[in-house]
Amino acid sequence: MMKSKNIITPLLLIAMVIGITIFPLLFNKNAEFGGADGKAKEMVTEVQPEYEPWFEPLWEPPSGEIESMLFSLQAAIGAGIIGYGLGYLKGRNKPKDHTHA
Amino acid sequence: MTSKNVLTLLAGLLVMVLPAEAFAMHIMEGFLPPGWSIAWWAVALPFQIAGLLAIKKTVNNRPKLKLLLAMAGAFVFVLSALKLPSVTGSCSHPTGVGLGAILFGPMVMSVLGSIVLLFQALLMAHGGLTTLGANAVSMAVVGPIVTYAVYKLIKQFSGNTSVAAFLGAALGNLMTYITTSLQLALAFPAENGGVMASALKFMSIFALTQIPLAVVEGLLTVLILNALLTYSKPELQELNFEMAEG
Repeated sequence: MMKSKNIITPLLLIAMVIGITIFPLLFNKNAEFGGADGKAKEMVTEVQPEYEPWFEPLWEPPSGEIESMLFSLQAAIGAGIIGYGLGYLKGRNKPKDHTHA
Repeated sequence: MTSKNVLTLLAGLLVMVLPAEAFAMHIMEGFLPPGWSIAWWAVALPFQIAGLLAIKKTVNNRPKLKLLLAMAGAFVFVLSALKLPSVTGSCSHPTGVGLGAILFGPMVMSVLGSIVLLFQALLMAHGGLTTLGANAVSMAVVGPIVTYAVYKLIKQFSGNTSVAAFLGAALGNLMTYITTSLQLALAFPAENGGVMASALKFMSIFALTQIPLAVVEGLLTVLILNALLTYSKPELQELNFEMAEG
């Protein structure tokens, strides 16, 4: 009758993503997991100590909180659009066909 | 001479002692000399223009595909906002450009990827305007092209969409970071060994960090692609048709 949707594969994929993400947190407990941004800067100064950046960001988030708010906003905008899209596509497929199938 | 060798050795040791540190994919504002900044902008621009034309064509000729196009851009928004921890004890993020590259081809992503880079450069001081050209080349040009090529190749030989999408997205992610190291190395060649030595140095720092994140990128791309294969058959058929044509 109704075609059963494959639910195992997506759950498995999500489980793998979560596993890979929390593995370092368990396995590498003492790590800083710091913002990696400054590292390129350090590498550049190591290779070429006299280098001075010639341009500054026009605006910088005044604090870590504001920055994480903006990152959350970015993810939320994206997730909202994807959720809307998938919901629309799924709803569209619902009606007529499966009474005949 | 000898003191220089000692210095090199020390620098080498330092690099080996510090493998836990990595840098984010984006080159920071002002961290490429003006010449290189302009050069990478010049490389990125033709792709961005080609991408704009491709998007315009898609929107005009196949308005049905607008939703998928928006979702491909949204996927970049989500993934590049997620700074994930890696085994090396530092964080980096996936790019999300793989999905759109597989669906729409690489040119379209040079625009969608650049939009995200601009958003992050202006609002988060993440990356920069002067370095946007270089960052666009690595994330929005090279990454999508590699993803698209690998996807097409594997799909052709194995016929398995999921495997092809996984490998395409994962390798595209890795190549993005390798490109960034090369860009930094070209601008900052090591005193001993020049560009290659410098490139190895920049790469050694993030290679291990990036591998698990490349895997995550591949898995998430397959996840979303599977959902689209289930719910968006008509649009995908239209896309395949278009891709076969062009």
